[in-house]
Amino acid sequence: MLKPYLRFKLIPLHIFLLVFLSAPLHAQTPPMVFRGALIYPIEGEPIANGVLVVQGGKILAVGKAADVVIPAGAVVQDVSGKVVMPGLVDTHSHIGRGDGADASAPLQPSVRIMDALDPQSDGFKRARAGGLTTVNVMPGSGHLLSGQTAYLKLRDARTINDLLLCVTPNKPVDVLDPDCIYGGIKMANGTNSIRPAPFPGTRAKSAAMVRALFVRAQEYRDKIKAAAGNAERMPKRELELEALVQVLNGQRIVHHHTHRADDILTVLRIAKEFGFRVVLHHVSEGGKVAAEIAAAKVPCSIITIDSPGGKLEAVNLMYETGAALEKAGVLTAYHTDDGITDSRLFLRSAAMGVRGGMSRQKALEAVTLAGAKMLDLDWRVGSLKAGKDADFIVLSGDPLSVYTHIEQTWIEGRKLFDRSNPEDYKFAVGGYNAYRDTGGDGLDDKGGER
Amino acid sequence: MRLLRFTIRFTFVAILFVAAFAPSAHAQIAVRGETVYTMSGAPIKDGVVLIRGKKIERVGAASQVAIPSGYKVLTAKVVTPGLIDAHSTVGLSGIFNTSGDQDQLELSAPVQPELRAIDAYNPREALVEFVRNLGVTTLHTGPAPGMLASGQTIIVKTAGRTVEEALVDSLGMVTFTLGESVSQNFKSPGTRAKSVAMLREEFLKAQDYAKRLKLKDLEKRPPRDLRSDMLLQVLSRSVTALFTAHRATEIMSVLRLQKEFGFKLVLDGGAEAYLLMNELKAAGVSVIIHPTMIRTYGDAKNASLETAAKLRAAGIAIAFQSGYEAYVPKTRIVLYEAAVAAANGLAFNDALSALTIDAAKLLGIEKRVGSLEQGKDADVVLFDGDPFEYTTHTCGVIIGGAVASETCK
Repeated sequence: MLKPYLRFKLIPLHIFLLVFLSAPLHAQTPPMVFRGALIYPIEGEPIANGVLVVQGGKILAVGKAADVVIPAGAVVQDVSGKVVMPGLVDTHSHIGRGDGADASAPLQPSVRIMDALDPQSDGFKRARAGGLTTVNVMPGSGHLLSGQTAYLKLRDARTINDLLLCVTPNKPVDVLDPDCIYGGIKMANGTNSIRPAPFPGTRAKSAAMVRALFVRAQEYRDKIKAAAGNAERMPKRELELEALVQVLNGQRIVHHHTHRADDILTVLRIAKEFGFRVVLHHVSEGGKVAAEIAAAKVPCSIITIDSPGGKLEAVNLMYETGAALEKAGVLTAYHTDDGITDSRLFLRSAAMGVRGGMSRQKALEAVTLAGAKMLDLDWRVGSLKAGKDADFIVLSGDPLSVYTHIEQTWIEGRKLFDRSNPEDYKFAVGGYNAYRDTGGDGLDDKGGER
Repeated sequence: MRLLRFTIRFTFVAILFVAAFAPSAHAQIAVRGETVYTMSGAPIKDGVVLIRGKKIERVGAASQVAIPSGYKVLTAKVVTPGLIDAHSTVGLSGIFNTSGDQDQLELSAPVQPELRAIDAYNPREALVEFVRNLGVTTLHTGPAPGMLASGQTIIVKTAGRTVEEALVDSLGMVTFTLGESVSQNFKSPGTRAKSVAMLREEFLKAQDYAKRLKLKDLEKRPPRDLRSDMLLQVLSRSVTALFTAHRATEIMSVLRLQKEFGFKLVLDGGAEAYLLMNELKAAGVSVIIHPTMIRTYGDAKNASLETAAKLRAAGIAIAFQSGYEAYVPKTRIVLYEAAVAAANGLAFNDALSALTIDAAKLLGIEKRVGSLEQGKDADVVLFDGDPFEYTTHTCGVIIGGAVASETCK
């Protein structure tokens, strides 16, 4: 029998390279170095002529050329003149052809969007063309509670498991593991969920229905506690309440659609009553109650739309909301709500925030780290920092300029969008048959929110 | 004598009064810009636009155009002509999106060219103010796509208390649609072929109406019919047909109809226009291109960010539009749509032309608006940077010599 190294030698070089380059075990691939770009690490000051070193899907080092040692055997890419920043985090999207709760009830916490997503949807490719790497895909809409959301890493996926992100560090994704939280809960108040019975007819009724459900969840949680691990004393499983117990325990975050100032305060009131963690979404009139939001230490995920209105609760949705929230000290992110806005143009939302008075730093955080925090995923994404996932984008220029294009999107050390590749290019600009399945992600056939 | 003295004194006071207050609406204004894009020649570095009353008095380099004393001086990094939204529904479609403020579609029948935008436009609509503050001074607005023939458009300035005050042209074009949206709104037409058949029937009826109007026997002449009257104006080329069509199939149907009936045609939308550039050029058709950032689904599924650039490169006249939005946002902003086109292959100057002078030509109002030239309407926009940059603000809007906005938005 040949010794291993001799056998190795007998493998033809091209086959060796093929196996080597396509090996899923990142750790075996050499480090990659991106040198010369203006790097926005988000945590820390921008670095001119910076160096980013990645290996095994993780970031090894980020810093000034003078400070970072380039490992031996590294594959070096010169990205001089470019800008490098973390992959974008979108806290609220409807890509992936998913659905959510149906019209049978206003509160449906057992519904999981992961059971309805198409992992091979074009929507994910479009999102990567926009520099998105982490997305919270929401079920919806028009319910007080439309189900469990899914935190996704936009990897090259065949199955939903290839996309899921577990919020608990060092845990492999296993959807059957009760400790593996891979999403939040989508809730809403205001006009969207006011509909004919069995839906609420008023705002007060909306709040009452939500409170009644959370009271049930509290009782269920207490029964589980009382059982103290004794299987015989455990209450009968109630699917509707299980996810809400995670909410009450602070493991699962409520992502709450809300627009009008009084609706925002209602969310804060109910969150305080039941002690759950909440992220306010859209928050059109957030500027009017920024002090109250800040005092409650509740983060906001907001949206840029080009003009206010389109529905009653969005008539005061202005470019200035981000600035008002920043001034009040509220953690603020932007989201696409794709198809309300286009994932390909997500950076535009941050830029419009700057137009409305936000600082550049906070606007860039709002499409990266701030969103990661709102998904409990900042331990692995949202900034360029040693140990975090190697999710980053290479841009042709200033991230907030209309003229800048996203040239490359890297996810866990793999280049999954390259504008110079014609197949990828069509996802960035569109064209004949560029998108095969975008039947209106997140929109019904009349352009309304689904 | 005393009376005369009083009269003189009174007249003097009155003149002072008028000088102090009345001209505040249409003052003498000098706009000085680090770069002035006149759109009638090369950009002027350190340029001046003098405004007197409602019109532009003079345009030139600061070294050559002295600012007379008494002129209110406004300064900006960049100065452009007022922006023109070449197709909108703003003013018919309102911000609230409730039944009370949505007048852009009358769904009682699919063919109603007799509907006039002038009878539905609300000059006080909040969205009019919103687009004005961002630099849109002229709106070609009217019914939304979604009917075979949805009515007549108007051209207005985004100022004025009444539609009459706002009007530039009380009859802009007559709007038609071929595409999915029509079949979604009506039981019939339910197919593409039926849509074309129904329109041909309508045009034939109008031709017959025209014939019968000329009958010698007055008794046999038809009673006046508003619908046929309007279609007749289209057939006689006194008003342009604005056809919304996105897919190549529908665009070809429009060209076929145009050939059969000979009307003046402007194509609206054109998501797949890049597939038919030779045909459009041969037919001499101008295109009011869909909003660059249009959602890529339904009829517009194959829209591209590069269409404006491609059509322009092929020598097809283009203008930009905000289009129609059924939900959030309730209107797009034509400046932003031009900006994204400028970032996707369209040269800066071509994008700005399409937003100003080219749109004016397409709408037939280039003698009044679209460029900064002596004698034209004093519609001027001030920016604190490149107008297309996301982070640039619109810091001043002047319409017909009156300052409409001085706040950076």
